[in-house]
Amino acid sequence: MNNNRIDPVRLLGQFAPVIFLVVLVLIFYSLNPRFLLPLNIWNVLRQVSITGLIAIGMTFVILTAGIDLSVGSLLAVSALICADVYKGGQFFTRITGLDISALGGNVALAATIAISIGILGGLLQGTAITRLGVPAFVVTLGGLSVFRGAALQYSNGGPISTFDEAYNFWGQGKVFGDVPVPVILFILFAILAHIILRYTRYGRHVYAIGGNPEAARLSGLNVRRLTLSVYVIVGFFAGLGGFILSSRLNSSEAVAGAGYELTVIASVVIGGTSLFGGRGSVLGTVVGSVLIGVLNNGLVLNNVSSYVQQIVIGIIIVLAVAFDQFIKSRQKR
Amino acid sequence: MSQSNGTPMLAMRGISKSFPGVKALSDVTFTVGRGEIHGLLGENGAGKSTLMKILSGVYSPDAGDILYDGAAVTIASPHHAQQMGIVTIYQEFTLVPSLTIAENVFIGREPGMAGGAFMSWGKLREQTRAILQSLNIDIDPMTPVSALSVAEQQMVEIARALSMQSKLIVMDEPTSALSESEVQQLLGICRDLKAKGISIIFITHHLEEVIHLCDRLTVLRDGQNAGGAAVEDITIDGIIQMMVGRSASDLFKRTTAYATDEVVMRVNGLTTAKNINHLTATALHDVSFEVRRGEILGIAGLVGAGRTEIARAVFGADKFIGGTVEFMGQPVTIHSPLDAIQLGIGLVPEDRKQQALFLSLATRENLTITALGKMVRWLNFVRFDAERALVERYRQALNIRMFSPEQTIGNLSGGNQQKVVIARWLAMEPKLLIVDEPTRGIDVAAKAEVHQLLDELASRGIAIVMISSELPEIIAMSDRVITIREGRLTGQFTRAEITEERLMGAMALAMVTA
Repeated sequence: MNNNRIDPVRLLGQFAPVIFLVVLVLIFYSLNPRFLLPLNIWNVLRQVSITGLIAIGMTFVILTAGIDLSVGSLLAVSALICADVYKGGQFFTRITGLDISALGGNVALAATIAISIGILGGLLQGTAITRLGVPAFVVTLGGLSVFRGAALQYSNGGPISTFDEAYNFWGQGKVFGDVPVPVILFILFAILAHIILRYTRYGRHVYAIGGNPEAARLSGLNVRRLTLSVYVIVGFFAGLGGFILSSRLNSSEAVAGAGYELTVIASVVIGGTSLFGGRGSVLGTVVGSVLIGVLNNGLVLNNVSSYVQQIVIGIIIVLAVAFDQFIKSRQKR
Repeated sequence: MSQSNGTPMLAMRGISKSFPGVKALSDVTFTVGRGEIHGLLGENGAGKSTLMKILSGVYSPDAGDILYDGAAVTIASPHHAQQMGIVTIYQEFTLVPSLTIAENVFIGREPGMAGGAFMSWGKLREQTRAILQSLNIDIDPMTPVSALSVAEQQMVEIARALSMQSKLIVMDEPTSALSESEVQQLLGICRDLKAKGISIIFITHHLEEVIHLCDRLTVLRDGQNAGGAAVEDITIDGIIQMMVGRSASDLFKRTTAYATDEVVMRVNGLTTAKNINHLTATALHDVSFEVRRGEILGIAGLVGAGRTEIARAVFGADKFIGGTVEFMGQPVTIHSPLDAIQLGIGLVPEDRKQQALFLSLATRENLTITALGKMVRWLNFVRFDAERALVERYRQALNIRMFSPEQTIGNLSGGNQQKVVIARWLAMEPKLLIVDEPTRGIDVAAKAEVHQLLDELASRGIAIVMISSELPEIIAMSDRVITIREGRLTGQFTRAEITEERLMGAMALAMVTA
């Protein structure tokens, strides 16, 4: 078997985000050695873990050449309902008239509810995309508004705050000394998603429908069902993210997660996943997420204003896509 | 009647053009008189398109010179060709559907006002109306193009050509998507243009149109001049004689027939509706055929006759509204490609890049996409050892040339890409393989390899339906041929009955029985 001839352009495309990340870390380290203290490293990772988790799901969506703009809003609904149920269901009872106070105080149930709400949101949107033929951009733009409105309506615009230690462990706790729990979850789910995409038939099919949906259909793939599934997956992560954010902040707010869609999509795109589908990886997304965290953190440590941070990240997104186009033009014959 | 007034409109002399591995044109001479309608004929691959692309500035010739309107010219780009008054109307229109007729006619050259800063809608409308009137077309210039029929869109293309003051219009298969009455209208317009002194190069496979419309014709064969004549001096048979008679020396020769009596698939009365998303697609009417174990059934027809539509309908890629399919003696319903695949049907589609390849994926992943389900363990984890072994097996069996299975499929040659697509289906051990234009866009040597492969598959008992627009390929490979025209079956020929003349007749003319 002759495996040693690998396309150099493809290779460069795969490793560009990593190279960029390393360069960035070295620059920030030389400017300020405190940057690489373990405490700061865990801090950076914790800051990106929630958007990073959602970005894992978004990678599936973008690999199929889709998009989901609703993740921030879906996160807020999930976080509110799960917090409410955990605290005895005051708002739930006001809306439905049912008393669910017996379900309160159960962390596993609360997390399951958050995730279920996320999955349900993904199912609804995925169905609209595959059955009604409305572009994903439009459906999820609608979802962005619908879920935000639903969150505001649910809690009447107010927060649901103050949980016990068992609940807050998932956002604030640490294990193995200094490692924040959300970081552990981020890493575990990243590994799981990587395995699914690289080593299972399902993962291969996700790449295939993103690369060429018509060829995928003619190869016997159920393009509709596969497309639906990726919106369910990103919904799962939005719900999970809602639970963790609620726990981290000791509060669920109707305005939580606003603007997350941009950070999440940026993480995926900077990580080298093509918006046109068919090319990319979860590892890239992890790198992209960390890269955004490093940029933010490094700029803060060097007293750069948060306004400038936004400018820098915006420019990097455009450069990342320009690079993707370059790779694509080299692959075409 | 057209040659009388002095120098010709166009004289291309000694034109040669090569592409890597292919000599597309060799020393071709082509002359068109002023106000002449000139038919350009030849089979697919004969060099018509290449010659016209040189004329319209898409390619530059390796050798030869072009005299246009009496002067030697170098045509640098399509834009340059248009400026000189040479306009090509392609089969795929170049209109913007959301804009009006007037905007399309003057696109890029909108009449201005206030020194050109603003577009003048008034002038735009009036000038377009004048052009449409000169063509005897009564449509409001402000109608959006998306509301027009295919024939009307073509009129807009012609109107645009006129608005550019063109002196020479190239029409590439202009009638292939038109109904009978629309064809008559188009021919009328061509005669009007001719009366205005405009020269027309008319590319078509429909020989009657040539006889009715053209003044002279030129036939190309294998990139060379195969003859030319004034239309009044030649018959349809004579034209066919010029078009065919190519040497079959580089084609694979089948020596044995493997067809059995066992019918694998029987299609009865297949009928499809006009596909509104696909205006160039042809509706099928009552198409019936069968294909047997070990048989290669050729489906021949002109571009737009409905060949590909048969393949897509049978494979479940397009819906059909009437007809039944029996597979291995059982009535079956096929609603999706997945249904077809589960029965044991594979399709190698006509357009490799658009319909078959995953350009962002590796060769390995492209090859195993259909058979992956057989190479998984628990939780559908892919067994990479089995996958690599499969790729290696087909790499050797089909002689697929690649550096590595991990190489992006786009970097393989066309012939090797096609072998990967065929291997994809072989890996699921099909009972019936439909191949649509199996050798399109691949070089001569790879062509012979693909033909040999199809022969070998037939010998292993696979039923093969082969669609091709290349008659020599159909003739060399088929045990039996059906011909189709305008969505209807027009003939059926056994191997002994097949001649290029007969097929051409059945494809281009009305019902012929052998």
